[in-house]
Amino acid sequence: MGKLNVNLCGIELDNPVIPASGTFGFGYEFAELYDINILGTFSFKGTTKEPRFGNPTPRIAECTAGMINAVGLQNPGVEKVIAEELVKLSKCFDKKVMANVSGFSVEDYVYTCERLDACEQVGWLEVNVSCPNVHGGGMSFGTSPSAAAEVCAAVKAAVHKPVIIKLSPNVTDIVEIAKACEAAGADGISLINTLLGMRIDLKTRRPVIANKMGGFSGSAIFPVALRMVYQVAGAVNIPVVGMGGVSSAEDVIEMMLAGATAVQVGAANLVNPYACRDIIDALPSVMDKYNINSLSEITGGALNG
Amino acid sequence: MKQVYLKIKENVPIAKATYKMVLEGDTSALTQPGQFVNFKLDGFFLRRPISVCDWNDETLTVIYKVVGGGTEAMSLMKPGDTIDTLIGLGNGFDCGKSGDRPVLIGGGVGVPPLFRLCRELLAQGKEPSVILGFNSADEVFWAEEFSALGAKVYITTADGSVGTHGFVTDILPDIDYTFFYTCGPEPMFRAIERIAKGGGEYSFEERMGCGFGACMGCSCKTLTGNKRICKEGPVMEREEIIWEN
Repeated sequence: MGKLNVNLCGIELDNPVIPASGTFGFGYEFAELYDINILGTFSFKGTTKEPRFGNPTPRIAECTAGMINAVGLQNPGVEKVIAEELVKLSKCFDKKVMANVSGFSVEDYVYTCERLDACEQVGWLEVNVSCPNVHGGGMSFGTSPSAAAEVCAAVKAAVHKPVIIKLSPNVTDIVEIAKACEAAGADGISLINTLLGMRIDLKTRRPVIANKMGGFSGSAIFPVALRMVYQVAGAVNIPVVGMGGVSSAEDVIEMMLAGATAVQVGAANLVNPYACRDIIDALPSVMDKYNINSLSEITGGALNG
Repeated sequence: MKQVYLKIKENVPIAKATYKMVLEGDTSALTQPGQFVNFKLDGFFLRRPISVCDWNDETLTVIYKVVGGGTEAMSLMKPGDTIDTLIGLGNGFDCGKSGDRPVLIGGGVGVPPLFRLCRELLAQGKEPSVILGFNSADEVFWAEEFSALGAKVYITTADGSVGTHGFVTDILPDIDYTFFYTCGPEPMFRAIERIAKGGGEYSFEERMGCGFGACMGCSCKTLTGNKRICKEGPVMEREEIIWEN
């Protein structure tokens, strides 16, 4: 096993670096820039049963050390994802991809997950119960332990591949929700999705974003994300995928010490399209600096004592 | 698209709150007039998308207006400073559609990308007319440069301080044109849409996350499907645009 390898829910990754859903499309835009097979894997654009255009524009606002988005799960729908996007992806990515799924009912989640579970290219199902940008769905399942567990149990009963539940930080007690998902059979937990935020334009005195509020991401949220990964990893016995403001090899190591088995990189890809490549390139020398021989050994290193 | 580091050669005011910046470096990723670059500026999380005014093998020229913190920071940069740049972004103007006598209509800071377009159309033996609209005389820029290329240039100002008193749409009906190309504010687009004849291309602006098609931050609906302003745009064909309210 190489120095960067990790094992996520039974699947070996060459390294723990995973571009996060919504920041990497279906991969092929980035494949024009570098060989995306260097990644551990990536989580593709959040997919729903039906096609979605998403929210009106403006959908983007800038913040100090971060950004807010209210895209609203724009995607071509699961059938087109399978028939078109995954076909395009197969020409530039040989590894198993993480399928990110959203829904508006338990039945939606089950349907979309079943369709993607049947795809050879898909390695994991990342079930998003945490999108802050759609009404009547997404996050509403992720803010209650019983609703999150219901989605989790229904999806688990319908699929064969590992199910990772992606949690929202916009809750009172994320640990309770993570534990409910574990009890419902989740194979892993990923966190955090974006923090609900907003900006107001001083000239117009109106919210910058048409949807008024959106999801805050970027390096500013790293300490909040790290704290939640630490809390959840300390409370569950299934793998945790850490994300939120990660933008360097040092951040990846810090997330792993907090308990992450693998680490997703989100907003950083939008600013520097080579962010994940640069992080993977930097990992060996940063590991050397901190006397780390194998990344897989450091997961949860800060949790004990 | 390519990521390059460009070195500022010149950064000077040319009109009210309007600057010309000339940068040196690899411009090989630019293929069409109407494309844009995305600058990473110190202290700002997101890049700043700026339309390309002109380029050659070694230099890039952009003209930008100070409208917020990012462009203000750009205006304070000095020759010798370098900018981390994503270059060759977006789908620009299609010169092949122009016919013999295209008209180019620019409003304010929408004028710059029309300059390279004008140059390419002239090189192809076309006879472009150019209408440049501004608010007032102190905002006017680049009119002589368009004239020097050999185009017929008309200027309008909203306050009448120079050129024709009024808007670009006060000149347009008097011009004999085969196709139109335009870049500028949306109210100008709507006024053009009401009176323009035949085919045309509009170059749109939107708040962007990445600028290269990954985040879906700048999507719009068109009659030919959902498009990203940064990737399939910023230039859209007249017949595919949906004008909402």
